[in-house]
Amino acid sequence: MSAKAGGPVYKGVGKLPDRALFLFSVLIYAFLYAPILVLMFFSFNSSKSTQTWTGFSTEWYGALLRDQTILDAFFNSMKVGVTATIIATVIGTFTALALTRHNFRGKLAADTTIYAATVMPEIVVGVSLLVFFVATLIPLGIELGIATIVIAHVAFTISFVTIVVRARLAGMDQSLEEAAQDLGANPITTFLRVTLPLILPGVMAGALLAFTLSFDDFVITFFVSGVGSSTLPLKIYSMIKFGVTPVINALSTVVLVATMILIFGGSRLLAGKEGE
Amino acid sequence: MGEKGRGWTLGLAGLLTPVTIWLGLFFLIPLLLILMYSFGTSGVYGGITLGFNPGNYLKVFDPLYLEIIVRTFVIAAITTVLCFALGYPLAYFIVFKGRRWRNVLILLVMVPFWTSLLIRAYSWVVILSGNGIANKTLQFLGIIDEPATLIFTSQAVLMGMVYSYLPFMILPLYASLEKFDTRLKEAAQDLGASRWHTFWRVTFPMSLPGVIAGSILVFIPSAGEFVIPQLLGGSRTVMTGSLIQNQFGSARDWAFGSALSVMLAVLLLAAILFYVRRVGTDKLEGT
Amino acid sequence: MQNRDAKISRGRFLKAMGAAGVAGSTLSILSCQPNTSATGGGGGSGGGPEEKELALYNWSDYVAQSTIPSFEEKTGIKVTQDFFGSNEDLLGKLQAGATGYDVIVPSDYMVTVMIKSDVIQKLDKSRIPNTKNVGDNYMGLSFDPNNEYSLPYQWGTTGILYNKKETGELDGTWDTLWDPRFEGQIAMLADSRETIGAALYKLGYSANSKDDAELAEAEAELKKQQPLLRGYFISTEIRPLVQNGDILLGHVYSGDAFLALSSNEDLDYIIPQPQASRWTDNMCIPNGAPHPDNAHKFINHILGVDTGAKLSNYTYYNTPNEAALPKIAPALKDLPGYTLTPEIFERLEVIEDVGAKTREYERIFTEVRSA
Repeated sequence: MSAKAGGPVYKGVGKLPDRALFLFSVLIYAFLYAPILVLMFFSFNSSKSTQTWTGFSTEWYGALLRDQTILDAFFNSMKVGVTATIIATVIGTFTALALTRHNFRGKLAADTTIYAATVMPEIVVGVSLLVFFVATLIPLGIELGIATIVIAHVAFTISFVTIVVRARLAGMDQSLEEAAQDLGANPITTFLRVTLPLILPGVMAGALLAFTLSFDDFVITFFVSGVGSSTLPLKIYSMIKFGVTPVINALSTVVLVATMILIFGGSRLLAGKEGE
Repeated sequence: MGEKGRGWTLGLAGLLTPVTIWLGLFFLIPLLLILMYSFGTSGVYGGITLGFNPGNYLKVFDPLYLEIIVRTFVIAAITTVLCFALGYPLAYFIVFKGRRWRNVLILLVMVPFWTSLLIRAYSWVVILSGNGIANKTLQFLGIIDEPATLIFTSQAVLMGMVYSYLPFMILPLYASLEKFDTRLKEAAQDLGASRWHTFWRVTFPMSLPGVIAGSILVFIPSAGEFVIPQLLGGSRTVMTGSLIQNQFGSARDWAFGSALSVMLAVLLLAAILFYVRRVGTDKLEGT
Repeated sequence: MQNRDAKISRGRFLKAMGAAGVAGSTLSILSCQPNTSATGGGGGSGGGPEEKELALYNWSDYVAQSTIPSFEEKTGIKVTQDFFGSNEDLLGKLQAGATGYDVIVPSDYMVTVMIKSDVIQKLDKSRIPNTKNVGDNYMGLSFDPNNEYSLPYQWGTTGILYNKKETGELDGTWDTLWDPRFEGQIAMLADSRETIGAALYKLGYSANSKDDAELAEAEAELKKQQPLLRGYFISTEIRPLVQNGDILLGHVYSGDAFLALSSNEDLDYIIPQPQASRWTDNMCIPNGAPHPDNAHKFINHILGVDTGAKLSNYTYYNTPNEAALPKIAPALKDLPGYTLTPEIFERLEVIEDVGAKTREYERIFTEVRSA
């Protein structure tokens, strides 16, 4: 048995605790995916309802392709999500590094600010940011739009990234990085080739969280968006008054299936590359 | 060596500049606005006249609102505990039993959350309704004879909260467990420790930073939640989030809404700082 | 490293100053009236011709498929649609200073609030000839007595959708929603004005009451009702509950009732005695709209006979466009509660903004739900 850096290879799920853990995990995934299956089911509903089944139809997929407002909203969400995630992840990671590895005057204030950015209810963040933007950006000629949404999303997700990356950094010793520097690597190289790979799972987890928060955000986004910059949640939550139709289920199904293909396809590709 | 840097250095300043600018401009200044609003007076037709009006804060101490705040904290606490109970084993499974599927497994946890919470909540209503799958299954298994009222109850709200915030617990736990050096575990077991002993004395303590992070990331947003109580609870479980939404919504009382928000924020911050201090701030630091 | 510390503290000091400066300017802007438009209100467009664009800010799914394309074809004006989900969200955004929207669609009481807080402008009726298509029943309502600021878009009533087969004939009053026979089978609207209004109607008062004694009575009634309810929901959520048989009686808006009725024959919709509310969604032009001329053209287009009919045939709500009535689908017109007689109109009350009492209504609703 090869003693790789990842540790010994466990043999399957033979023992009872292993079996119980496996079963438990399957149940949790089932819990997470139960409503997903239901929503995919209703994407084929033959009436406007997302809760009363009346028959099978693919009309909503057709409606999806014809509805430019939904497609535009989806692409806006993607644009905002990806951009905000990248920025927030970078800034959040730097912040986590600073807070975990240094003691400095004003550290408590910094810590508190990071936490404070998570505790303010979204509606006050949204309203106050709007007023702020109107007072500062509009006179400069910057309209409300994708840019203001991205700014707002980064502002409220940085802290989440920071907190997650800190969890990863905590207790992590710096001997590898010091060794690299002793061997002559400059700070940037050390960061890119030693530190980053070590903390990558934490950074990826933070990025995932930031993207998820951004993609489904409604309240803050509503206030700081402008003409033509509606995101998907804005479109969906505004459908409540007259009823969310299965066209949203259809969109979600398409996105889910595409994501699954990407994930499994991607991991196959990587597994192929690494060889065995 | 291996000491933590002390005092300000250029590197530290560099690391902190982006967040200082971003949060300074786009969080702290708006926050100032909210503070000003909270001492203002709401206009009858919306808007705020600034001034010094502590009345908004005094209003928070109405028994009606205090009850709501207490209820919110209780629900948030229970949600956090449940998320931990459900999330820790899953994170453990992904890290230690997932092997090369780890990345896929953790992504699979997040994928459902890229669909709108709204339709997922509607789907839960379908699942938990009188003729829904949940009731049909329970009747089939003989646990109940007649359809039970599962949806639009406070239990449904709790379930919905756990459902919404589980990833916020799983991700930090994953990040924290993943760095775990399995050789330590091996070493402990070589020295004769049982599996449980190894877990409790070696693995779990090392994952504490993740537990702390996860608890915070679940507790805080739970306290501000307003969508789930509405969609899954029939708006009968009034939480602080809904109360605040109402103030900015149909009540058109921005000043009171701001005061409530500040109160909530202060309470939550106090809770976090107390919690972190109690568990030990060194758990969040590097060596 | 003395110098570095000093440098950095100075930097932070400057940042703080900058922040204070921004805060100061924000304060001064806040102390002005909210959202006074730079381009001025009123009908005159001034300056050169407008760009061929229009920004519509509407409820989602509130236009028929042909509504916007037919406008774009006729006028060559490109329409961008954005969406909001509640009147207060719309108001908040406009009051906080967001601009760029040309046509907005607020509900009745919100028009009053917007007039009073000066975020919408007067309409130039001379540019909206199709106003003549609007029926008399829908013009001059109390929230905008001379239609200076708004013209109706769609309207409806609020009543009870119920499963006639299971409940049998009802007595036709609001008391039905308090009937202990239906415990756990009743749903009310999560709208403070509508639900408190229902209690006020039950007691024989007006839903626009500002009388403390009457409101206290209503609160007591609602507290009695609370244990009988499944919960408080949005109208579109109540619809499937009744359709699926999860509940028997729902407090709903007419459009949802009509949607349910057209797919399930066991259901019925009544407008209870002695009074019920009618609501109207309206088209308005916010202050500072970049394309007011195009906005007028769009409003005119909506009030056209063809467009009006297609709109209501899609949304299932009532049209204020009397000239379009002949073109409304017969299946809709035949639904109970769709075509209203003059006696029913007599019984309908427009929900008006109650000014300072709004917060009292909110507090009552919170109190009731928390009980």
